[in-house]
Amino acid sequence: MPVTHYLVLSMALLIIGTVGVLTRRNIIVILMSIELILNAVNINLVAFSDYLQNINGQVFTIFVITDAAAEAAVGLGILIALFRNKETVHADEIDILRW
Amino acid sequence: MDPLFTWTDFFVLKPAILLSLFGCGILLTDFLLKQGRWNALTALVGEGFVAVALWQHCEDVAANGQRFALGGSMAVDGFSVFFNYIFVVSAILAIIIASRYMDDEKSNRGEFYGLMLFAQAGMTVMAQGYELVTLFIGLELMALSFYVMVGFLRNELRSNEAAMKYLILGALSSGFLAYGFSIFYGMSGSTNLAAIADAVAGREISDPVLLIALVTTSVGLFFKISVVPFHMWAPDVYEGAPTPITAYVSVASKAASFAMMMRIFLVPLVSVQELWMPLFGAVALLTMTLGNIAALTQNNLKRLLAYSSISHAGYILLGLAAGNETGLKGISLYILVYIFMNFGVFALISAMRREGHATEDIDDLNGLMHRHPGYAILMLVLLLSLAGIPPMAGFYGKYFIFLGLLEAGSYLLAIAGALYVAVSAYYYFRIVRAMFLIESLEPAVIAPGLGTKIALVASAVFTLLIGLYPEPFINMATGSILLSLR
Repeated sequence: MPVTHYLVLSMALLIIGTVGVLTRRNIIVILMSIELILNAVNINLVAFSDYLQNINGQVFTIFVITDAAAEAAVGLGILIALFRNKETVHADEIDILRW
Repeated sequence: MDPLFTWTDFFVLKPAILLSLFGCGILLTDFLLKQGRWNALTALVGEGFVAVALWQHCEDVAANGQRFALGGSMAVDGFSVFFNYIFVVSAILAIIIASRYMDDEKSNRGEFYGLMLFAQAGMTVMAQGYELVTLFIGLELMALSFYVMVGFLRNELRSNEAAMKYLILGALSSGFLAYGFSIFYGMSGSTNLAAIADAVAGREISDPVLLIALVTTSVGLFFKISVVPFHMWAPDVYEGAPTPITAYVSVASKAASFAMMMRIFLVPLVSVQELWMPLFGAVALLTMTLGNIAALTQNNLKRLLAYSSISHAGYILLGLAAGNETGLKGISLYILVYIFMNFGVFALISAMRREGHATEDIDDLNGLMHRHPGYAILMLVLLLSLAGIPPMAGFYGKYFIFLGLLEAGSYLLAIAGALYVAVSAYYYFRIVRAMFLIESLEPAVIAPGLGTKIALVASAVFTLLIGLYPEPFINMATGSILLSLR
């Protein structure tokens, strides 16, 4: 398969993820959308790595996956702390800080 | 075959290694000894060791110039040494303010100082990194530590909320940045900045692939330095975070993100300058407009300083839009001065209490001149400097940036920047007016601890010193300019 197919897929994932972060109410779904964006990056990197026959991209992918895991852990941790003080997972109900 | 890890590698990595070791050490001793008061001290000792390692870096740069390690993925040069010192100074100030503040908030736990050092380790990697994976991991190490520190007051809803917003927008921006990096990798087949520079130089300037990479990378970095239209997180995070962390985020994380931005835009992307310079100029103009105007109406001090820091990011970005040596010197000097003036103001805010709770309205400063004339005068020095009034340090950062713009022929940007200085003077003088002219009926208690007092006095003294005797600091800033532009 030519590399452009993968690039179109990753572009689509990036856009879906971004729209998800900006429009969804549920914070868990927002965190999932962020994972989609990072997976778009991974697809890009692995596709380029295969196309260029160069290993660096796969190394980068492993680091991105690790980072995504750490981010999800911290994100869910903060969400639990938030949920203890105010029982909601909806982004639009978290609104004390506003100008 | 080359050995996997040499003494040079160790030497170059030493600040990051020391910070990680001390960070882990604090976690361990806090767990074993259960003696909270030693944590801040251990962190300060760690900063001392890092300062010594940086001194060795400094001498090495004077002798050998730029040096690479770990297969070209980390560098030591005047730029990295300068920024690493900035991180050390701001971390020390944050630690000495935090020990009292976190006691008062009853959450003075060891992890807090450990996380501060981990964040700083990420920053040193951002300043020294010469390769995309290294830069990305440094950025994420810093950002993840900050998400936790912003939400450290677990029982306070404001702190939780700020951390959640920071995490979502921060992770989104990291995703965009990584996407831009992945395209740079695809263009060049390497993650090393020098190799990417060659690949970018060989491309047409109107190449759509290059454009996508440039835009996604810029969006990711614009989020981190909080410029318009990616600034929404800053006021909420600044207001909700514990005050020492607000100061640390506004100074150190911004400085590190600017360092990374300069590494990326002045090494691999320097050949397509005409593509990104107008973009940066436009974004800086928008940022100064919105930051200064939104700050006019704020009553919460931390929120006001958030908008003021957004507008300061706009001024610093103007230095990159000028893109010449004077502009870059201005950026370094501006960031150096910005540490002191911002930390000083936040030190005083962190000491304000009302019935045992932290309070941060402008009204709480009413009549400060009659109650604590010393603090009022120190604050006056810091606020004049933030506004950029000539005898103070803040003037010189702006001066070099505007000079750089004039040299580059961007008269319009220079004039707009100078006009917004006048707007910003209005809201800084609102604070001065509250302190000096308004009587207070129910004053807030201002009782800074020893560390906070030291931070406040040191910040004001340095602000005055840089303002009255700027030569050595200008020389330092000159030494920090990236080699590719010399």
